[in-house]
Amino acid sequence: MKRVSIDPITRLEGHGKIDIFLDEQGEVANAYLQIPELRGFERFCVGRPAEDMPNLTNRICGVCPEAHHMAATKALDAMFHVDPPPAAKKLRELFYSIFFATDHTTHFYALGGPDFVVGPQAPPSERNILGVVAKVGQEVAGKVLKMRRDGHALIKMLGGRPVHPNWGVPGGVSHGINEEQRQEIERLGRDAVGFAQFSLKLFDQVVLANSDYVKLITGDLYVHRTYNMGTVDAHNHVNFYDGQIRVTGPDGREHAKYAPADYPHYVAERVEPWSYLKFPYLRQVGWKGLVDGVDSGVYKATPLSRLNVAEGMATPLAAAEYRRFFETLGGKPVHHTLATHWARLIELLFAAERWLELSSDAEITSKQYRVLPTAAPTEGVGCVEAPRGTLTHHYVSDERGILTQVNLIVGTTNNHAPICMSVKKAAQGLIHKGKVTEGLLNMVEMAFRAYDPCFGCATHSLPGQMPLEVNIRNPNGELRHRLTRQINY
Amino acid sequence: MPMTTENFEPKIIAFMCNWCSYRAADLAGTARIKYAPNVRIIRVMCSGRIDPTFVLAALAQGADGVMLTGCHPGECHYVNQNYKALRRYAMLQHTLQQLGLEPERLRLIWASAAEGQQLAEAVDRLVEDIRRLGPLRWPANWQEDGQRLKALAAIEKEHAEASEVPR
Amino acid sequence: MTQAKAKGKLALYWAASCGGCEIAVLGIDAKILDVAEAFNIVFWPCATDGKVRDVEQLPDGGIDLCLFNGGIRTSEQEYMAQLLRRKSRLLVAFGSCAQEGCIPGLANLSNRQEVFDTVYRAAGPTFAENPAEVRPQQHTEVPEGTLHLPMFYDTLRTLDQTVEVDYCLPGCPPEAENIWAAIVAILEGKLPPRGAVLGLNTTVCDECPRKRNEKKIKKFYRTWQVIPDAETCLLEQGLLCCGIATRAGCKALCPQVNSPCIGCHGANDAVQDYGARLMSALASVIDSEDPQEIGQIIAEGIPDPVGSFYRFSLAKSLLRRSKREPTQRNGA
Repeated sequence: MKRVSIDPITRLEGHGKIDIFLDEQGEVANAYLQIPELRGFERFCVGRPAEDMPNLTNRICGVCPEAHHMAATKALDAMFHVDPPPAAKKLRELFYSIFFATDHTTHFYALGGPDFVVGPQAPPSERNILGVVAKVGQEVAGKVLKMRRDGHALIKMLGGRPVHPNWGVPGGVSHGINEEQRQEIERLGRDAVGFAQFSLKLFDQVVLANSDYVKLITGDLYVHRTYNMGTVDAHNHVNFYDGQIRVTGPDGREHAKYAPADYPHYVAERVEPWSYLKFPYLRQVGWKGLVDGVDSGVYKATPLSRLNVAEGMATPLAAAEYRRFFETLGGKPVHHTLATHWARLIELLFAAERWLELSSDAEITSKQYRVLPTAAPTEGVGCVEAPRGTLTHHYVSDERGILTQVNLIVGTTNNHAPICMSVKKAAQGLIHKGKVTEGLLNMVEMAFRAYDPCFGCATHSLPGQMPLEVNIRNPNGELRHRLTRQINY
Repeated sequence: MPMTTENFEPKIIAFMCNWCSYRAADLAGTARIKYAPNVRIIRVMCSGRIDPTFVLAALAQGADGVMLTGCHPGECHYVNQNYKALRRYAMLQHTLQQLGLEPERLRLIWASAAEGQQLAEAVDRLVEDIRRLGPLRWPANWQEDGQRLKALAAIEKEHAEASEVPR
Repeated sequence: MTQAKAKGKLALYWAASCGGCEIAVLGIDAKILDVAEAFNIVFWPCATDGKVRDVEQLPDGGIDLCLFNGGIRTSEQEYMAQLLRRKSRLLVAFGSCAQEGCIPGLANLSNRQEVFDTVYRAAGPTFAENPAEVRPQQHTEVPEGTLHLPMFYDTLRTLDQTVEVDYCLPGCPPEAENIWAAIVAILEGKLPPRGAVLGLNTTVCDECPRKRNEKKIKKFYRTWQVIPDAETCLLEQGLLCCGIATRAGCKALCPQVNSPCIGCHGANDAVQDYGARLMSALASVIDSEDPQEIGQIIAEGIPDPVGSFYRFSLAKSLLRRSKREPTQRNGA
């Protein structure tokens, strides 16, 4: 068969290529998204001191190092049986909200957004952030640049560096902020909320007011009815920093809700010989192949998923947008993958509101931002929502705090199967009678861009393979869960 | 010519301080004390001059072992710089073991100028220990055998076989 | 009417890296528009839609400047390094991965088989439901044809261990102001001789505001054992701060948030082995002359010497990797 290759896929983080096979009639027989990269973090982090992990795992992904830094730091808290003081938790969540807002901005304006702002079949040289700038004008461009500049400046203020922070420690953070800095963060938080509202309005004007785009979003080309996964707080509202993991089915009903440390009971992974990346799926539903539906264990973990599994947003402006989103799209759950771009902007608003909320809290200038662990390290799980999906870090150490085992389940990895399915369906829907153009191939790529993939994250490496007994203890050292992993031959 | 274990002659680099240990080697020479010829001596003014880089460079260039010698603690010509050598040696051993190097391949020996016999015996012991361990050939750890070139050729072929799409 | 100056062609590529260098480039903020004025960006997979084929079809030397980040981990990355070297007038090793291997270089303590077994073997934590012990293959037959994956090498290499490199920009990632300064130097043709590192030649200590007295270390502390004083040198307090052996250029950002420097800007000029310099420096400050005590201070305080001394630079070090048994070698 004739093979058309998209190499590399572009406007995402990470490496990938798409091979499209055309039969004699020029129809798409199949399309494969292959991930050709692997680095081996779970192998080479073994033998490292546990306290190095926030810094080492930063380098899984330079677009979302803050996510890894935070998951690693929380895993260290658990491993060292130490509970950070309240000010530290607030500082961490504030930092995390700022990061989330910045990362979602980068994705919408630089990675996924250009397809809508400039047009999916616009000349390739224009389909990028520079084309967006040319299209929207200097004033809007200035807003976007300011948002990113502010975000990274605050990431640097709190975490030490604008990329790859060096701040998280078991028991808290390495340094705090003073009142002057708090005021700056609060001021920029107000700007961020304004920017998020502006972005949602821009989406309305550029995308939702364009009937061609609406057809694309609500049509059948980019739809898969899968399970969804995200983290929710005690009120079932979306939370990026902490909470329980909730999975709902294609019809929206709850399939599972569990503490992050229980993930082995719910998620399994499959290996294919044509990709370095494995395919997670819901263990209890089972693997039925790259198909959707209630009988297939394939699930998505994206901004859209988070909105689907939650019952609302915790901040007022985002909550209103949440309601409008589902009203417009005909109720929950929404399975139209391109709507993820809209969901992402609602999350941007929530992150900005949370940023403002936390920065207005006087406790974040407290000097009590760190306590030292007193117990010996054993094992810990740390979970956050990365912008691209649920992120889990799981470490086991010896009595010196040197790691003996490392498991990482990373945001985009959750989505490997649905991304492959989305790419194939888009290719089959767009390419007929052998007519292949560059613009059509870009529309195939739009199928994955909605997920905001981070294949660098996804290809850290993959879990260690020791049969193991895992004891999860609370900060007092009491056994909360015991999990055993069996050997399956 | 590939060396079998039978005719393997260890290649050992020795960094010897000028004042005590080099004079000891000198003494072994003038006293016609026989010792294994496998050691290539590099003289430094003081064992405290030995930079860990020297040891690593010697191993990276194919040495089977490295010897460091200096004045006995308390007798350093420059007062106490040999303690630097002692500490650097400790750091090196700790690191090299983690890289998989057998600890016998790096040796620190104190020798005074009068200890020609003792130095000669220490050299002989080191050579025999390394002969037993076999050649090190560190650069072989990162050499490749042609699989890489096949893989690169496969990529060229894969690219050539994909269909052209007008841009 | 003014004659528009012909735009140069710019490429940015990522091999075994994390994308942080891409974000760092965006960190030059509005100056990205100046870059767009001076250059056509012909290839930058993170942010633009240029494809490999576009690069293959350029004439040799057709790219004026290529900023290449990432280490060489697979055959595809080596292919791209060779391709971009051919097509570029100036090839810059951008960031720690390309220059010295960076964090992924720590995989040089292992080999392909071990990595694959950790990753894909059936019976693991979440996870691999892989009863047939499937492993990724370089060539897989599917009903429609053949799918290809690149070869994963045993040893990660730096860019200059693979192709000839013109300049290096250090840092993980390089700081935005240094990136901009390098771009300006390139545009103005004010560059040092080929092969140079575009950076300062003092150490992080030079930029660090903390107070220094005499360092006499009786014990090295792990970072979770002590809350450091905010004013005094971190190494002096017994923390493993790598600033003493690390190239300046970052303005000592990490020590300013009470975190020891981890060494991401690499070694200074004329240093052959970063870890050797750090070992030497730490050996100088240990306050003991007793072999037993020295051994204990080191073993207890530095339980992972390779990870601590070569965190970013293992691939570039003189020994490059751990010892590898002949039976474990996969040919690369």
